[in-house]
Amino acid sequence: MNQTPIAARPVVADAPRATSEATPPKISVANLNFYYGKSQALYDITLDIPPRQVMAFIGPSGCGKSTFLRTLNRMNDTIPGTRAEGRVMIDGQDIYAPGTDVVALRRKVGMVFQKSNPFPKSIFDNVAYGLRINGMSSSKNDLEARVEKALQNAALWTEVKDRLKTSALGLSGGQQQRLCIARALAVEPEVVLMDEPASALDPIATQKIEELIVELKRQYTIVIVTHNMQQAARVSDLTAFFWLGKLVEVTATEKIFTNPNQKLTEDYITGRFG
Amino acid sequence: MNDSQPITPTPVAAYSPGTISRVAALRRRLAPTGNTGDAVFRALLGASAVLLLVVVVMLIAVMWWNSRLSIAAFGWGFLTSREWNPGREIYGALPYVYGTLASSLLALLISVPLSLGVAVFLTEQAPRRIARPVTFLVELLAAIPSVVYGLWGIFVLAPFLRENIAPIFSTTLGWSPFFSGSLRGGSLLTGGIILAIMITPIITAIVRDVLSVVPVAQREAALALGATRWETSRVVLANGAAGIAGAIILGLGRAVGETMAVTMVIGNRAEISLSVFDPSYSIAAVLANEFREATTDLHRSSLVELGLILLFVTILINGAARLLVWSVKEK
Repeated sequence: MNQTPIAARPVVADAPRATSEATPPKISVANLNFYYGKSQALYDITLDIPPRQVMAFIGPSGCGKSTFLRTLNRMNDTIPGTRAEGRVMIDGQDIYAPGTDVVALRRKVGMVFQKSNPFPKSIFDNVAYGLRINGMSSSKNDLEARVEKALQNAALWTEVKDRLKTSALGLSGGQQQRLCIARALAVEPEVVLMDEPASALDPIATQKIEELIVELKRQYTIVIVTHNMQQAARVSDLTAFFWLGKLVEVTATEKIFTNPNQKLTEDYITGRFG
Repeated sequence: MNDSQPITPTPVAAYSPGTISRVAALRRRLAPTGNTGDAVFRALLGASAVLLLVVVVMLIAVMWWNSRLSIAAFGWGFLTSREWNPGREIYGALPYVYGTLASSLLALLISVPLSLGVAVFLTEQAPRRIARPVTFLVELLAAIPSVVYGLWGIFVLAPFLRENIAPIFSTTLGWSPFFSGSLRGGSLLTGGIILAIMITPIITAIVRDVLSVVPVAQREAALALGATRWETSRVVLANGAAGIAGAIILGLGRAVGETMAVTMVIGNRAEISLSVFDPSYSIAAVLANEFREATTDLHRSSLVELGLILLFVTILINGAARLLVWSVKEK
């Protein structure tokens, strides 16, 4: 596992860039500005996310971290009046370039939402949904195998294997969220975006999700928005701190929680505001 | 207020300890908040509910009573007989029942895909500056009196169908029993289309409301998995399945009971034919046409029995809707 801390530089006014020498970044964002109508939500964000690592976004509510996360799979496109300027490269492709296939992009960049949102279908059909619409399974056996694998990856298989045909809405909150993770994993994305995936869960369910995240980074690049700084410290390799729509600092998680470069970061982490 | 309007008229002093607690229990039951105003409110609401029930029961009882002659004369055969002949005093309901159901189902066949399409367009695709005026227009269409639709049906739709549409079907689908013969005046097709036009705004408006409350999270879940707009719309429709079923049944109920416009365009001939080009007749239409000219008691009684059948059909449709909504909800 590539645990080399990313070279971090102070980053308020000058364009920050975290680079990893070993591997090219999975996601590379340059000078991204984002607007909801006339109001600007993100200011000149520049950062790189290396492959197969977990990056956490922290910062107070309304600082733009969720908005930024949603620019990475163009989920904000669904909100009328929004506009993105700048460049977001995934595997060297600008995802905001004209002619980008957004449907293919979202298959490659999966997402798990703050509130679990299973479809009102059976557990099996929830996981199979993405496989079916993307025509990813060649046969019934293949479909079943893929669903099982996704549920195992999401550490849910043993709990639901005897009731795959029952409604997903009958699962507990934590199980529903892991089902949503399984659903996202089933289509074999390369990046998984998680928007406060454990904020509505109890401590035990939260712990399961966190263990899962650590497990998943062997295969996936994971970006997680969290309000919980302990959570960021526990699961992430890199942490980015956002403040009022600006990226203040992005660096190795260990460093940001022990010796951040910015006074602002330190104040936030030590609870002096926010 | 509390003291001037006691719930129980009996003076408190007369109570033995046992009755006091019983009265207290009654008082608690009538006014859980211990407030006389609430008790009055509750009684008023209860009375309205009971009144509604009484109206329904009376309606059925009175219609039953007034159709006793016809029930005695024809029995169950009334439902299966095809002949309706006031001259010979023979009355059978089948052509009307058929005409009513066939025209309504034809209307649904045309209206449901159209309504779902418009509703999905309004909630999922249209920018707000288009969605708002279109929504307003749809609601306006629902408020147009049916006689206006009927006039339009006679003067515009019927000639248009006869000259431009029917020939196309005749040449391409003339071999099938549904499009055999040729369209002359009023027909099942004209009636079905008029009904479809009338119920589309209602179904559209309700489906639009249903879809607009489907959580954004459901759309995002589908989109995030790489769903296209079409696939996402299907997820949204699946979420609203119960409400959509209700909307369709409501449209069907309206179509079954619709009188004026149908009477004007359906052809008014009591025949059963599979072809949509042939004239037909509906229960509501025959009631409107014949009630004032019914001279014999048996004729009048048979018409009332037709009304009773219509009432039961409507109740059946609504019951089916309830069952459907429940079954979808339980899934």
